Amino acid sequence: MQGEQLKAITRRYFFEKSAFGIGSVALASLLNEKLFAGNPGPHFAPKAKSIIYLFMAGGPSQLDLFDHKPKLNQFDGQPCPEELIKGERFAFIKGRPQLLGTPHRFSRYGQSGAELSNLLPHLARIVDDVAFIKSLHTTQFNHAPAQIFMNTGHQVVGRPSMGSWLTYGLGSENKDLPGFVVLLSGKNQPDGGKSCWGSGFLPTVYQGVEFRSQGDPVLFLSNPDGVSAETRRRSLDLLGNLNRTRFSVTRDPEIETRIAAYEMAYRMQSSVPELTDLSKEPESIRKLYGVTPGRPSFANNCLLARRLVERGVRFVQLYHRGWDTHGASNNEDIVNKLASLCRETDQASAALVQDLKQRGLLDSTIVMWGGEFGRTPMNEARSGSKFLGRDHHPRAFTMWLAGGGIKPGVTIGKTDDVGYNIVEDPVSVHDLHATILHLMGIDHTKLTFRFQGREFRLTDVEGEVIRKVIV
Amino acid sequence: MLSQLHTRAALAAVGVGLALFSLSASPASQTANSVDFERDIQPILKASCYGCHSKAQAAGQLRLDSKNAAMKGGISGPVIQPGRASESRLVHRLLGLGGEKKMPLGGKPLSEEQVALIRKWIDAGAPWPAQASGEDDGLPKHWAYVKPVRPKVPEVRNKAWVRNPIDNFVLAQLEKEGLSPSPEALRETLIRRLSLDLTGLPPSVAEVDQFLADKDPNAYEKLVDRLLASPHYGERWARPWLDLARYADTNGYEKDRRRSIWKYRDWVIQAFNKDMPFDQFTIEQIAGDMLPNPTTDQLIATGFHRNTMFNEEGGVDKEEAHWENLVDRVNTTGTIWLGTTLACAQCHNHKFDPFSIKDYYRLMAIFNNTRRDVRAYGDTSTKFVEPELELPTPEQARKREQIRSEISALEQALKTMTPELASEKAQWERGVVEAAADWAALKPAKAVSSGGSTLAVQKDSSILASGQNPETDDYIVEAKIPQRGITALRLEALPDPSLPRGGPGRDPYGNFFLSRVDVELLSSAGAKKLRIRKVLADDGRLNDKKFQQLWSVDASRDEKRLPRQMVLLLDAPAGSPGDTVRVTLHQTSEFGGQGLGRFRLSVTSSPEPERIVGVSAKLRSVLETPAARRTEKQEKDLTDYFLTVAKSLESKRKRLTALRKELDDLGIVTTLVMGEAPTSKPPSAIIRLRGSFTSPGETVYAGVPENLHPLAEGDSPNRLGLARWLVSKENPLVARVTVNRIWEQYFGRGIVETSEDFGTQGARPSHPELLDWLATEFVENGWSFKKLHRLIVTSATYRQSSAATPELLEKDPYNRLLARGARFRVEAEMIRDIALAASGLLSRKIGGPSVFPYQPEGIWDIPYNDDKWEESKGEDRYRRGIYTFIRRTSPYPSMLTFDAPSREVCVVRRVRTNTPLQALTALNDPAFFEAAQAMARRVLSEKEAGADDSSRAIYAFRLCTSRRPTQEELNQLLAGLRKERDYFARHEDEAERLVGQQPVGSALPQAQKVELAAWTMLSNVLLNLDETLSKE
Repeated sequence: MQGEQLKAITRRYFFEKSAFGIGSVALASLLNEKLFAGNPGPHFAPKAKSIIYLFMAGGPSQLDLFDHKPKLNQFDGQPCPEELIKGERFAFIKGRPQLLGTPHRFSRYGQSGAELSNLLPHLARIVDDVAFIKSLHTTQFNHAPAQIFMNTGHQVVGRPSMGSWLTYGLGSENKDLPGFVVLLSGKNQPDGGKSCWGSGFLPTVYQGVEFRSQGDPVLFLSNPDGVSAETRRRSLDLLGNLNRTRFSVTRDPEIETRIAAYEMAYRMQSSVPELTDLSKEPESIRKLYGVTPGRPSFANNCLLARRLVERGVRFVQLYHRGWDTHGASNNEDIVNKLASLCRETDQASAALVQDLKQRGLLDSTIVMWGGEFGRTPMNEARSGSKFLGRDHHPRAFTMWLAGGGIKPGVTIGKTDDVGYNIVEDPVSVHDLHATILHLMGIDHTKLTFRFQGREFRLTDVEGEVIRKVIV
Repeated sequence: MLSQLHTRAALAAVGVGLALFSLSASPASQTANSVDFERDIQPILKASCYGCHSKAQAAGQLRLDSKNAAMKGGISGPVIQPGRASESRLVHRLLGLGGEKKMPLGGKPLSEEQVALIRKWIDAGAPWPAQASGEDDGLPKHWAYVKPVRPKVPEVRNKAWVRNPIDNFVLAQLEKEGLSPSPEALRETLIRRLSLDLTGLPPSVAEVDQFLADKDPNAYEKLVDRLLASPHYGERWARPWLDLARYADTNGYEKDRRRSIWKYRDWVIQAFNKDMPFDQFTIEQIAGDMLPNPTTDQLIATGFHRNTMFNEEGGVDKEEAHWENLVDRVNTTGTIWLGTTLACAQCHNHKFDPFSIKDYYRLMAIFNNTRRDVRAYGDTSTKFVEPELELPTPEQARKREQIRSEISALEQALKTMTPELASEKAQWERGVVEAAADWAALKPAKAVSSGGSTLAVQKDSSILASGQNPETDDYIVEAKIPQRGITALRLEALPDPSLPRGGPGRDPYGNFFLSRVDVELLSSAGAKKLRIRKVLADDGRLNDKKFQQLWSVDASRDEKRLPRQMVLLLDAPAGSPGDTVRVTLHQTSEFGGQGLGRFRLSVTSSPEPERIVGVSAKLRSVLETPAARRTEKQEKDLTDYFLTVAKSLESKRKRLTALRKELDDLGIVTTLVMGEAPTSKPPSAIIRLRGSFTSPGETVYAGVPENLHPLAEGDSPNRLGLARWLVSKENPLVARVTVNRIWEQYFGRGIVETSEDFGTQGARPSHPELLDWLATEFVENGWSFKKLHRLIVTSATYRQSSAATPELLEKDPYNRLLARGARFRVEAEMIRDIALAASGLLSRKIGGPSVFPYQPEGIWDIPYNDDKWEESKGEDRYRRGIYTFIRRTSPYPSMLTFDAPSREVCVVRRVRTNTPLQALTALNDPAFFEAAQAMARRVLSEKEAGADDSSRAIYAFRLCTSRRPTQEELNQLLAGLRKERDYFARHEDEAERLVGQQPVGSALPQAQKVELAAWTMLSNVLLNLDETLSKE
């Protein structure tokens, strides 16, 4: 019978994949044999199995956190040299701006001697586990397109996000959870909207599933009021029987898939609440992250990310929005607001790396931290504002990465004396993507999907693996 | 795309699975020993060389797209020496030998395997078969670029089965494959299939019964006609078009604000209902505004290309934003009317299809002459704004004029000084200045800080903070009050040279943040908290609940730091001399370290304590300057302010506010439209190198792609000319692409599976002659959609049963040959519509503004946008899915889960997934569960449902599937029902909660809640049946 035959294909596929050392197959594919031709990876032995991407939406100021420029402080308040800004387009700066030194103190930390501002005391503890890339650059200087670009490799919506590519390529290792989970904190969703974790032209099963911090962690996970787990079980039994009866007439294999989807939904109803219940974590761990169970925060999301990765989720992406420190008001400057954002995120980000390490998970998990662009060495002074702030800067910004085959304790790339341009080892967004895919065992030129007559890939037609950042 | 997947699955089935994983390996590894030019070499040349070395752009005079030209070579002579790869310049250049740059310049080098293939091919004598010589035009003509010729209808053996020519084409192929068609589907199945396909709604039980009872041999055709005439037909067929048109209710991107363009959506629905011919449908949408004396409807139609996104971020470059709109318009046009991915040519000459980068920008130039105004946007940027059409009713237009003229008169009156006003102003000024005399400063007996600041009382009774600056701080001040009947307390925030930038606060900018103030009266009777009625201040922000803020100021722009004051009005006069007042100033802010630097407290018994804050802190300094010493600007500022508070103008101000609201409340509908700028020059566009806005190249002038048919005689290269060109009978693509999309809706897969791409990289048609026959038939029938639909649904092919047999599953698992009917899960909107229809909740209202059905909290959470989802009232909660408000960055969750796109860009083909999230949605989404509750009430109350379990179960089943359950299914339902009843009899509390507090649908006594709960769960199951969610 054909249903049996398709299941046989399913199984064979499953085992063939195992023979390649992956051990599992995408949740989506398990449920939908039509999508089986997904999962074309890995292409070689991976260094990492999972990724936790701490996306700092809004563009954190590299010059006040990572990229220390004493010259900038020396020339604080001086007009920006003409040759730097000639023909340059800015989002908000008008006329000839003034250079702005950082109001924060920098020191060196760890064996590696990495320089950090005093706003990141917790990251300072783990710098020797971290690689800093100070020479990232992007092509976009507005939030939505830059975030879409950072996530999908193209500035216009419509292409799959990195998490979608990875789950398409590698699947999930947990059959009760989606392979790509998104967690939000801070003010609002990111500027790029849900397309930041959209699947573009890939089937929607590969899009990021948002775990919400309030209400149901997954939309519609809870049964309606008055429907107990026992009642739900009875209704699924009846539903399954009726569907099977219909299958015996129509023989449409899609019916079997649907039965399996409903059963998985039922399992998720118990596995997801268990997963998101942080009160079960020991006090010491909650303290390490700075978690208050029940109060939504970036810290809660970091701890949740660790629990997701422990359970085999492929790609967890956290968004924390608010880094857009223009200095147009007190609420978005590099003095007050930046410090407050660091208080919200620094401890938990460092704790995540530390916690993964003590559990032996850091070797197989990449943690990456960064935004969609950097900020200018000049004070924006929008409409004459006296609050200190910087405009969007696509030419140079900093990210840090740790674990999963990333070389610990190194700094890649260098910017000029005022941090305006890159002078050493430029890294494009496509290079970053190529490197991440490489660590996950994927040749970025080979993870492709045919759409509108063309093979598309995350790195478009560019991208070089950054060897210097790899162990 | 899918075809590849299937092939692979099929390969796996025959056991060659391991090879599947090299799917991205280079061609070399797949090659047997001999090299085949068309299979192995031409694709490499196309992908890596044609960009610069083909007819469109023969760099170095070398072309590799034509046999003769390639063998001749370029400027430096021959590049291919047949039989001698090592001596061929082509190979040298590919390897970067001889000190020359490696080819392809700026492109990705060829892999070793690819170079090896080329060497092998040259060594083998460079065989180049004639059919691939590319001698005509550099590219072999791909089938889709040749105008369809009406094919002969093929002969078939089983003539009795044929109902119309579609069946000849399908059956001819089946007979060739040795397959026979499936029997006709049951009539219940047919009416449900037809209703879903033609109206998007399931048939009612009565409609099913009527059809079953109709013994007329033309019953089926009558049904088709009735459904095609239904006003719901337009709603159903508008949906796929709106995916193409990327219709949505918001702008997209960061702020993603609302836009009003639903009139366009309604125009599409009405155009389908009127069966507007597709050529007219096209022309009105692309260039309705350019038709002679366009009607309002024709203007509304041009909303089609106004559905582009609009990025309102402050930093967006308006030229670039406009350019991105143009890119979207060109790409969308190419996709819909040419079935072609023009987007490739945005960056380079199309590698596979006959479109050059010039063609692309010529098309762009056509769209580049639209009317657009520059408008200031926010306080920092300007943007291009395209036209908006106001659609007032005559009554609205009359009222608007009336209101506008009254408003302008009032505005004038409110800014004109009169002698009477001048004297009122003088009096007002005195009052404000003299108010200071009402206040007595408190002499602090105690001033302490909880956070560790040092507080010192100054000579003027103010308190100065210094020393440590803690994250959060509470100041506690106690002082004796000098009088009885205190009506208010005043807090002055004062500058001081010891504070950062002069204060008055302690943060790095000299600002402070006060989160709360507590006032207590300590008397012989004990401590009593005084209630505060109102808080007023002469500057800064007051009472922002979101930030738990009472008062904060921004002093950073003061030329010289100014004092500021806040007044706390007490609920009732309090205190007598000798009592002590204790004031606690709480200072907890998001950022920390934002305490007051220097401040003073005072009290008053004045009945008008608010007078002291009658002017802003800035104006107070002007007021305190004698009139003669004020600058002109200062005097003007003061006058302007006075006019906004003058008591004698109060009624005028109120009237103005009311009028403005009235104007808003008129609710004049607007819609986005296109307009053409008057021009004497041909429209042009600048080529952007590598598709990058920041790399401008040469300028090209409006025109259509050179390798397709020319513009019609007399037509200009503008939008109207383009629209006519797109639907020209000479266009080889348009009719094929269009009928194919329609076919896809019926059968789940187009005749060309890649319905978005008919180019050389797209899938080959499964029934090429059928496609051409349908395309020519469509045009001959005057581009009528309704005729096309009738043709398809009255074919025997369409009427087949969708049940598969083991033989069919074996030979044609994906039903490419159509030896059975299609069976697939319906689209997102239909999922909703079916549940609403079965439950009886559905509103059949057509058109109007988009609606807001139930949506969980917290879905809309947009940066710089506080817009809230406010659930619609009444029947608007139960409207069809097509009317649900679409916010691009946060689409309606259940639609998204069932694969509806976000409408940010044109989507031709929705994917169809089957996931646990869909299960959770259909089971638990309150919108769906409400349908189950309503359906239970319906089944228990409607007469047609009968009165016993059996007949009710049958009725419920029919509401969802349109057919009667088999005996086996009925037994399962009844057994399930008994279990539910047993359970809820034992768990009445659950039953009570389950049926809901607010009865939905028809009301029933709560006494029957166990019964209701049992039927609700049964309905929940039935609404989730695979069959309910599918079209069979």
